Amino acid sequence: MSATIPARSTQTGPDMQEALRGGTLSGGRKAKNHVASGLMVLAFLAAAIPLVVMGASVVSQGYRAVLSGSWWTQPIPETGRSDLANNQNLSDLGFGTPSDAGASSSVVLGMAPAIVGTLLTVLGAAALAIPLGIMGAVYLHEYGKNNWLAKFIRFMADVMTGVPSVVMGVFIYTIWVLPRGVDGKSAWAAALALACLMLPIVVRSTEEMLRLVPDNLREASAALGTHTWKTTVKVVLPAAIAGITSGSLLAVARAAGETAPVVFVIGFVTTVNASFSGANTTLSAQIYGQQQAGGVLAQDLAWGAALTLVIIVLALTLIARRISRRFELS
Amino acid sequence: MLLVLALILVTMIRQAWPAWSELGASYFFGTEWIPSQGKYGILPLVYGTLVVSLIALVFAVPISIGISLFVTEVAPEWLRRPVVTTVDLLAAVPSVVFGLWAFYNLLPGFQAVFNNIASAVSSIPVLNVVFGPSTGSSFMSAGLILALMITPIITSVTREVFLTVPENDKSGALALGATRWEMIRGVVFPHSFGGMTGAVMLGLGRAMGETVAVALVIGAVPQISLNLFGVGETMPAQIFRQLSEAGSTLRSALIGLGVVLLVLTILVNISARRAVVAVDRRFKGAP
Repeated sequence: MSATIPARSTQTGPDMQEALRGGTLSGGRKAKNHVASGLMVLAFLAAAIPLVVMGASVVSQGYRAVLSGSWWTQPIPETGRSDLANNQNLSDLGFGTPSDAGASSSVVLGMAPAIVGTLLTVLGAAALAIPLGIMGAVYLHEYGKNNWLAKFIRFMADVMTGVPSVVMGVFIYTIWVLPRGVDGKSAWAAALALACLMLPIVVRSTEEMLRLVPDNLREASAALGTHTWKTTVKVVLPAAIAGITSGSLLAVARAAGETAPVVFVIGFVTTVNASFSGANTTLSAQIYGQQQAGGVLAQDLAWGAALTLVIIVLALTLIARRISRRFELS
Repeated sequence: MLLVLALILVTMIRQAWPAWSELGASYFFGTEWIPSQGKYGILPLVYGTLVVSLIALVFAVPISIGISLFVTEVAPEWLRRPVVTTVDLLAAVPSVVFGLWAFYNLLPGFQAVFNNIASAVSSIPVLNVVFGPSTGSSFMSAGLILALMITPIITSVTREVFLTVPENDKSGALALGATRWEMIRGVVFPHSFGGMTGAVMLGLGRAMGETVAVALVIGAVPQISLNLFGVGETMPAQIFRQLSEAGSTLRSALIGLGVVLLVLTILVNISARRAVVAVDRRFKGAP
């Protein structure tokens, strides 16, 4: 027996439809709503337009240097030299022309020492901060949970994230460079400063990732009679490895772009120094140093170094984002 | 790792002690910072730091809140991820690159604009002091660059906060006939007030510690001046500029400056965390 339910009218009258479309709103309320939405779009443009303009000017002023082969392999010219009078610029020196990769030019411009120095300090910092940070996070999430020590460490990590990078530099300067005098300035000192900056970021991002690992996995492993440390190493860490990698890469990217803590603990060189001891230089330090030196040539060197640095940081950031997106999906 | 912060404080205070004990109150309350004449009063630097950070907040906070609202309430679904990515990219740019760009490409334009404003208000009292003549490098230039740099952090925190506003409350307001803007004012803002305060404090902490970009565009003249278009100097910029070649008294004074900066930023950050945590408690239940 099927009682036919009378189809309820879902039709609304023309007045109602008009009201639902917002037609009966007073003009003032409607206008305010539109103005507010418009302002939000403007707010986004206020942030996006400078980003695009800045990107364009870095690329347009840095690409000639970066595209030449000698940029990546040759020492940094000393801008004070008389054969590099400040009124010369890169195109006068034969840069940017296809026939010349810097070889026949009387002056060979390069940034190799800074590129090597950047990689060295960042790798050193990563080697210090990432294992320590992961161990810290494992303690926080697998052992400490919510006891007072874990809470305290978590709080300190949050506070340390907010410590200005220049203060970290001053700290390393006082404990490492001052006692050693001039010899104290080295890639190692810079790596220490960057490691201090990276550590809290690695700890917090790793802990977030460990939180995403389902407890079922830990319980299954524990049910087989496994110790907590073995569960952590064999089950939890492999499950979270993608997220941990991406968080660590973001920390590395941030460290690579840091200038303030590096400049006064690393010294200055114009030739490649591939060791942790002795003065060194990084891309960020070069950008600042060349800007301070002044002159057209130094300006071109600074823009080239800026583009190189942006490429490195952007590549790290994009790789990290890709890894984390894959992690989200799986 | 929990020892690091304590270690930082202890070693830095030990290095700063000579300056503090020698200069005493004139260090903390002196209004002149002229190392070549042996004057180490940090007030001009503290003043510069605060002014620049406040300018940055004045510009960055409305922009960040606008972007967050756009992303959470207004923008169509397909547009949200690109907007978030763009703002995140802004956070990825190293600060020295911001500084370089601002120094070469923005300062000439800033100088022209500032001087136009200055001549337009030159006959109005108060305004003609605050907006005086400019050489490009100024509190205002540094504040504007900083605003751009702290926008990503404020945006990401306010976005998280807006996402915690209960969907039911929002639908309820809309069902009562509120326009989207009225819903945002009536529901989203009251719910998010604490979180927004936290976001602003976090941004302030960032702005106070930012070094290189500010150092390049502020002009390096420590002075307490009401002219926002005039040159100035901040604490981190002064440390950054002077520390590597400093003699013993100046070095000790600079390290002391580092301690002051550290304490200030820690206070700001702790109060920011407090505000954000309080919001979490209220809307997600106690952890």
